[in-house]
Amino acid sequence: MKILRQFGIILLILLLGEAIRIGTGISIPSTVIGMILLFIALLSKLIKLEQIDMISKFLLDHLAFLFVPAGVGLISSLDLIGKAWLPILAIVLISTILVIGITGWTVQLLKRRVN
Amino acid sequence: MNALLETPIFGILLSIVAYEIGILINKKSGKNALMNPLLIAIVIVIAVILGFDIPKENYDKGGSYILFFLGPATVVLAIPLYKQLELLKKDIVPILGGIMVGTLTSILSVVFLSKLFKVDLSVATSMIPKSVTTAIGMEVSKQIGGITSLTVAVIVLTGITGAVIGPTVLKIFRIKDEVAQGVAIGTAAHAVGTSKAMELGETQGAMSGLSIGIAGLATVILAPILMNLL
Repeated sequence: MKILRQFGIILLILLLGEAIRIGTGISIPSTVIGMILLFIALLSKLIKLEQIDMISKFLLDHLAFLFVPAGVGLISSLDLIGKAWLPILAIVLISTILVIGITGWTVQLLKRRVN
Repeated sequence: MNALLETPIFGILLSIVAYEIGILINKKSGKNALMNPLLIAIVIVIAVILGFDIPKENYDKGGSYILFFLGPATVVLAIPLYKQLELLKKDIVPILGGIMVGTLTSILSVVFLSKLFKVDLSVATSMIPKSVTTAIGMEVSKQIGGITSLTVAVIVLTGITGAVIGPTVLKIFRIKDEVAQGVAIGTAAHAVGTSKAMELGETQGAMSGLSIGIAGLATVILAPILMNLL
């Protein structure tokens, strides 16, 4: 019963996120609004970690698996990838190097300034 | 036989078996980042569907049940962030500043490189959320008109790239600070990168994990604006 109740809490937050998205017309996905709501609920002690610990451990432990069907959708874009796989790989590689380098530099620079 | 393929059980079971094989191969390879379980599972499922000429709709009957759980899974991403709150407070300006600049770098570099390599607009759009965790990246992709499945593949690819080249890049750019190392890898390569950051040290691992959620939020806000540059 416990895990069912925990799942209910998360679904309620998700529904609230959807309501806020529809109500305000904001361009943030309802799942992300739900994530912010849960964060605020934890900060304000409205929800305690113990009240959602089992369901969140289950979901987070299996997170990668949940993306399998999403990735299988690639089937419908195989042509597109066949044409563009080389630029895709190049962009991923160059961009990842830039992000790691520039992010690291920024953090180091700001740390020196702040301290 | 066809009747069996038309039940949702087929898609769910195929996904589970494919993912288990992915985990097995990953373990056998000594947890080599290139042998990513999710990527292996996607390749296996696609191979089975194409190889046996099974309609994609049959697989989706089961797949949609799995996809449903992504919503709740995204919501609970707030928990790792909440748990790392004390660490965040200690260096809040450098961490938030680094993640903002890193997210900007990620999106802008995709925009400009896509123009440079003359990539299709649909492909370029799908690549914009490449550095964030899949749950959030998928939503961003949907919002800005990308191909969700391509986004998922590119996100996994980015994670693998970051995990493989991360430590070398840190050395080349002389990033020695432990907090900076963790934030850099987490912002660039989400959870897959974080598993590598954990190997570098406890601080790096925690910082990388913390950056996943914040970089996700930054991308949700920045992507729709910056995508107009495409």
